[in-house]
Amino acid sequence: MATKPKLSVYWAASCGGCEIAVANLHERLLDVEAAFDFVFCPCLLDTKKQDVEAMADGSIAVTLFNGAIRTEENLEMARLLRRKSQVLIAFGACAAQGGIPGLSNVSTAADHLRTIYLQGPTLDNPEGTIPRRQTVVDEGVLALPGLLDQVSPLADVVEVDYTIPGCPPESHQIWAVVDAVIRGVALPPPGSVLGAGASTVCDECPRTRGDKRIDQLRRTWEIDPDPDRCLLEQGVVCVGLATRGGCGALCPQVQAPCIGCYGPPEGVTDQGGKMVSALGSMIDIEPLKGLPEAEIVARIDAIFDAIPDYAGCFYKFGLPGSSLKAAVAARVGVSAQDDQ
Amino acid sequence: MTGTFEPTIVGFLCNWCSYAGADKAGAAGMPYPPNLRTIRVMCTGRIDAQFVLKAFAEGADGVLILGCHPGDCHYKEQNYRALGRHRLLLRVLEQHGIERQRCRFDFVSAAEAAEFAAVVGEMTADIRQLGPVNLRAVGADAQ
Ligand code: FES
Repeated sequence: MATKPKLSVYWAASCGGCEIAVANLHERLLDVEAAFDFVFCPCLLDTKKQDVEAMADGSIAVTLFNGAIRTEENLEMARLLRRKSQVLIAFGACAAQGGIPGLSNVSTAADHLRTIYLQGPTLDNPEGTIPRRQTVVDEGVLALPGLLDQVSPLADVVEVDYTIPGCPPESHQIWAVVDAVIRGVALPPPGSVLGAGASTVCDECPRTRGDKRIDQLRRTWEIDPDPDRCLLEQGVVCVGLATRGGCGALCPQVQAPCIGCYGPPEGVTDQGGKMVSALGSMIDIEPLKGLPEAEIVARIDAIFDAIPDYAGCFYKFGLPGSSLKAAVAARVGVSAQDDQ
Repeated sequence: MTGTFEPTIVGFLCNWCSYAGADKAGAAGMPYPPNLRTIRVMCTGRIDAQFVLKAFAEGADGVLILGCHPGDCHYKEQNYRALGRHRLLLRVLEQHGIERQRCRFDFVSAAEAAEFAAVVGEMTADIRQLGPVNLRAVGADAQ
């Protein structure tokens, strides 16, 4: 039997949803299995890290790497799989942009440890035990991978060949990429985004768009939106216009605003910045005309007061992939090293 | 830090009012701090929030946006739009730990040379007090 190219799927700081998206290929998994030697996938297979270490460098044809880089272990696995793989693909929103775990970058790792293990109202931790790299017990030394100060997308720590965005990537999009590889179709230039559109979710959204003049923002539970009109025009913060298409605008079709999981579209470097620019420009200014400058500012501010969490709204899946990547050190007041 | 730290402030000035106001301040020999790096734009309406975020990401300590007074914008109402974007961006920046004083929006007309000098002076003094923006390094170890 001719040797098949090797495929691996790894999870770093992730939820497992990307693996489910792969499993959702359903019977096409058999085609994947027929075309590839599926060598490594901790969620589905028994092969271990040392098995990967034993492989020759560059011997894995394609690795789909999902999850963000949160711990030293994530970093180590990213470097190992980069070395072993010919094509390394940042797979899913977390590997692409930091994903939901990336929202933790509004704070530092040291702060998280304090909040989670020392300050939680339901905690009972009289000795103030927090996870540490090494803990000596009677039986020996226990080791845990350390936390990195902040969450990073895969491309910030190793060279990445392609990105397949989405939380999780839509299975038909995964299949389109895998199928192209199986059929030997030439891949686009390295650095390209695969399995997604170039434009925005709005371009795939069937809702009708008109004039955008917002005088009030509404949380999703505050309104039963008109199913045919653009959600943003109804005051619901939908980030579709700052988000890459490819999903088929699934969320807006079921009355839920786009929350941005496919990341920024072509030509946008900062998804949140793009959304701020768009939303900031949509305030209905007619009633503001002729008012004193301070009053204009106060009226605009009153409208934006309805947004409870800006990073959570505009960078839900991509804070580490944004221009600023994380809150500045001064805000949290500690260098993370202080703590341990 | 005070006294030794000289902030770099990126200024986006609208061509029709504020840039002309800055020009007038210069022509009149009005002193203002040399910390401002001016970028002339046709209108504040051209300023995408991404420009401001990029400026901070690349090391600016402050970003100043100056445009025509309400009603005076040469592109109808774009300065209202710019103001809306700025008010929202301030909140995003604050969540990132970047203080409000570091991103200022003001109205300066072509005649207001003294106001221009005063705004730049005030902002420079504010940021000297605050010190540099401490962006965190990627991949740093926490423990
Ligand atoms: S032309 Fe000056 S702000 Fe528009």
